[in-house]
Amino acid sequence: MTVKRKKLIVVGNGMAGVRAIEHLLKLAPEAYEITIIGAEPYPNYNRIMLSSVLAGGASLDEIIINDLEWYRSFNITLYTGHTVTSIDTAARTVYTDKGVTAVYDELILATGSNPFMLPIPGTEKEGVIAFRDIKDTQIMQDVSQKYSKALVIGGGLLGLEAARGLLHLGMDVSVVHIHEYIMERQLDEAASRMLRGELEAQGMKFLLKKQSEAILGKKRVKGLLFADGEMAEADLIVMAVGIKPNVMLARSSGIEVNRGIVVNDYMETSLPGIYAVGECAEHRGIAYGLVAPLYEQGAVLAKRLAGAPTEGYAGSVTSTKLKVSGVDVFSAGQYNEQPGTKALRFQDETEGIYKKLVIQEDKLIGAVLFGDTNDGAQLFSMIKKGENIKGREKELLLGLEADALASPKGNRLEGMPDDEIICGCNGVTKGTIAEAITAGGCTSVGQIKACTKASASCGGCKPLVEGLLQLYAGEAAVTVKEGICGCTTLGRDEIVAEIKRMKLTTVKEVMHVLSWNTEEGCPKCRPSLNYYLGMLWPEEYVDENESRYTNERYHANIQKDGTYSVVPRIYGGVTSPAELIKIAEVAVKYDVPLVKFTGGQRLDLLGVKKEDLPKMWEELDMPSGHAYGKTLRTVKTCVGSTFCRFGTQDALGMGIRLEKAFERLNAPGKVKLAVSGCPRNCAEATIKDFGVVAIDGGWELHVGGNGGVHVRATDLLCVVKTDDEVLEWASAFLQYYREQAGWNERTAQWIERVGLDSIKQALESPEERAALVERIQKTLSLTTDPWKQIVNTPELRKNFEAISLPETV
Amino acid sequence: MTKLLIGNLNDVDIKGSRKLRVGDTEIALFRLSSGEVLAVENRCPHKGGLLSEGMVCGSKVHCPLHDWRIELHTGEVQAPDTGHVTTYEVEVDHATGSLYLTI
Ligand SMILES: Cc1cc2nc3c(=O)[nH]c(=O)nc-3n(C[C@H](O)[C@H](O)[C@H](O)COP(=O)(O)OP(=O)(O)OC[C@H]3O[C@@H](n4cnc5c(N)ncnc54)[C@H](O)[C@@H]3O)c2cc1C
Ligand code: SF4
Ligand code: FES
Repeated sequence: MTVKRKKLIVVGNGMAGVRAIEHLLKLAPEAYEITIIGAEPYPNYNRIMLSSVLAGGASLDEIIINDLEWYRSFNITLYTGHTVTSIDTAARTVYTDKGVTAVYDELILATGSNPFMLPIPGTEKEGVIAFRDIKDTQIMQDVSQKYSKALVIGGGLLGLEAARGLLHLGMDVSVVHIHEYIMERQLDEAASRMLRGELEAQGMKFLLKKQSEAILGKKRVKGLLFADGEMAEADLIVMAVGIKPNVMLARSSGIEVNRGIVVNDYMETSLPGIYAVGECAEHRGIAYGLVAPLYEQGAVLAKRLAGAPTEGYAGSVTSTKLKVSGVDVFSAGQYNEQPGTKALRFQDETEGIYKKLVIQEDKLIGAVLFGDTNDGAQLFSMIKKGENIKGREKELLLGLEADALASPKGNRLEGMPDDEIICGCNGVTKGTIAEAITAGGCTSVGQIKACTKASASCGGCKPLVEGLLQLYAGEAAVTVKEGICGCTTLGRDEIVAEIKRMKLTTVKEVMHVLSWNTEEGCPKCRPSLNYYLGMLWPEEYVDENESRYTNERYHANIQKDGTYSVVPRIYGGVTSPAELIKIAEVAVKYDVPLVKFTGGQRLDLLGVKKEDLPKMWEELDMPSGHAYGKTLRTVKTCVGSTFCRFGTQDALGMGIRLEKAFERLNAPGKVKLAVSGCPRNCAEATIKDFGVVAIDGGWELHVGGNGGVHVRATDLLCVVKTDDEVLEWASAFLQYYREQAGWNERTAQWIERVGLDSIKQALESPEERAALVERIQKTLSLTTDPWKQIVNTPELRKNFEAISLPETV
Repeated sequence: MTKLLIGNLNDVDIKGSRKLRVGDTEIALFRLSSGEVLAVENRCPHKGGLLSEGMVCGSKVHCPLHDWRIELHTGEVQAPDTGHVTTYEVEVDHATGSLYLTI
């Protein structure tokens, strides 16, 4: 006998609707025949991550939460690219703009919200967009290829994330904000000022106290006119001034609507059998614009639909975090002071740290953290619990005791309900984590991450996950020792020491002798062992190509569509017309779709088919630029005394000399150098692994800089007089880094870990420096150009080609 | 079912891989350190990563895009992820080194 399933339709294929369905499928997998209708042409994706896509931290593919296979595996009928235009609530039928008609027993409205567009003339012009969906993100990416000037209207969370992304795309970005200071809804003036300073340092510009009046331009936007008569040029305007619940469909169907679709504690609307969740819903007068509350709503709705008991949804306390690299901003609860509240503040402008706690009747009701947001998760959890903090205020302000959560009295976590979300990014509840530990046998944060995805994204919840691990695994958790990867319990230093002591010479031998618990290692330990062995035994060790990442195996960067890129070596960034013609000819011949300058001043030919790589290398007949490897990448230079009127030294000559000296060097991480001809530092040498800045009569040597995700300015290592000394110190520093750092550890992380002083000490004595120089020279003398080698060796070259058409036998 | 002569053992490096196309299907061919030669469909069930570009560890390949692990004997995706790729039978003629694929 087949039980007749009830028909459930969801309008809106976004985060809230699909989340509710995921939950429902766990509680009552057989109860409903489910149809989801969504206006966007994609499966369900993580909207939050659009900011990361724009800022270069993720690709569009990576943000899909449920792919088409998921819908299929649960027999969900999915219509993408369909907008529901009307609901016949009497006949329980929905209609879409593409002619689909579907009947329901129960209906969920999860239509999200629409971006608010300022009611000023010109918003319909080409180049004026919001920041809401994949389409907007793609427009920004496209525009950045052709145009340079962007304006973002709105200095709130979304606006700043959009602006940061546009900076990443290479645009000149100004944020227009109507208030005197940015993020005024989350921060007070002091914290906001500090934030602005940080963002300005990253290159963002601000037009504050500006009221936008009209968008200029004929067909395409040209600029923005302000109420004060001033004007700003723009090729792109992104409006991020707010959102409003998308209630059109509900309203025209006769469902009660206020600001959002009005729902009760069980997410029921005014009509029977119709529910609403997410940004379109208004619960107890509040329409939320964040993911955590709508996940909580989804959980309640799923229980209701599954017929499981639930106390209902009682509203949420929210927290927000600015997802901009290099700045940490967190705010939660009621962070503005009001009558009846008291605030405690800590402000340290030298370190760029600001904290504020808002307290009412001995309870923590809000917090703002800037610069150091480590305590955010704990404070947020205290706000939600509403616990009495009398007598502990200062301790909380100045930092929670590190093990406060693990201590026996830290039963805050114990009392937390099972369905409370611990990891907001991935929507993992306390119950799920607890189960992974007790039933799933996880004994480390890494394992919990692998099996539940908790703390796998922004990592903000890691302290809570650690706390839960302590709580449920107790002793077992403390005793696990994590090695360089899951295959061993040994750390980097132990492994290197054992290799030296026992003179181990192959990857296989190391794994065997040191009792690896996997057959042949994993993509983490294999490349690291390959590196350590090569570093320790430069003469004897034969590099294991199979233990290198794809990029290093094929000597080209794999791009998201499976094509590769080619960056020929151009020493010091100095080229010639003849060389340019050669590169251009090869690019034309192989139909290279995109040619651009890399961040390190070299030419990048992108979108090359793997089969074409060896032929292109051959025809270019230039050395590999190693733009794909953990090795010396480029030495960036300014023009220096050769042409510049300020230059005091020959930056070009020094750059070329350094690049030739360290070309092809294997290192724990990628290594970037730069040379500037005077302290104006046009080559930005102070964010490189090794930076050289000319001063009158000598050179300043800087180390440990990084311009990547975590920007770090260099520390000054020393000042030297002659060019030869620059070479000597650079060699000694790089070799010491090669010998001491863990695989995959950039100089910036390494210096933060071991401290600048320990490095200065190690390089202090001329004898020690000479020994390091000798060791690096030995290593360098043994390198060969990989492109040439592949071009000339059929045995290596075959791996770039597919096996030719097989024949039937 | 067709049996195809696809080449020789030497065409694939140990712990390496090659790809080939038969009709509409792209196939990745692996040679393990144990000497076995195995073939699977060249598409990761996660987001379509090319398995032929991945790292081979034991009898498993790690997808180059997001590190899913796939057992090459059975085509099963390893926990915590789930899924399956199609496997194909490969015969090695040890006398001549010829490789035959059944599809
Ligand atoms: C760039 C960006 C960054 C963000 N960052 C964060 C963050 O860091 N933290 C956080 O908590 N939140 C963040 N948010 C907010 C978060 O993404 C939203 O709160 C969440 O996506 C809302 O989910 P929802 O399901 O209610 O709406 P949505 O995810 O917007 O889904 C609604 C869907 O319904 C579809 N739809 C609407 N009407 C119809 C119709 N008539 N027929 C068919 N389909 C329809 C829409 O096309 C849309 O796909 C961010 C949002 C953006 C845009
Ligand atoms: S760093 Fe000095 S020498 Fe080099 S380009 Fe700038 S101003 Fe000129
Ligand atoms: S595509 Fe293979 S792991 Fe993601």
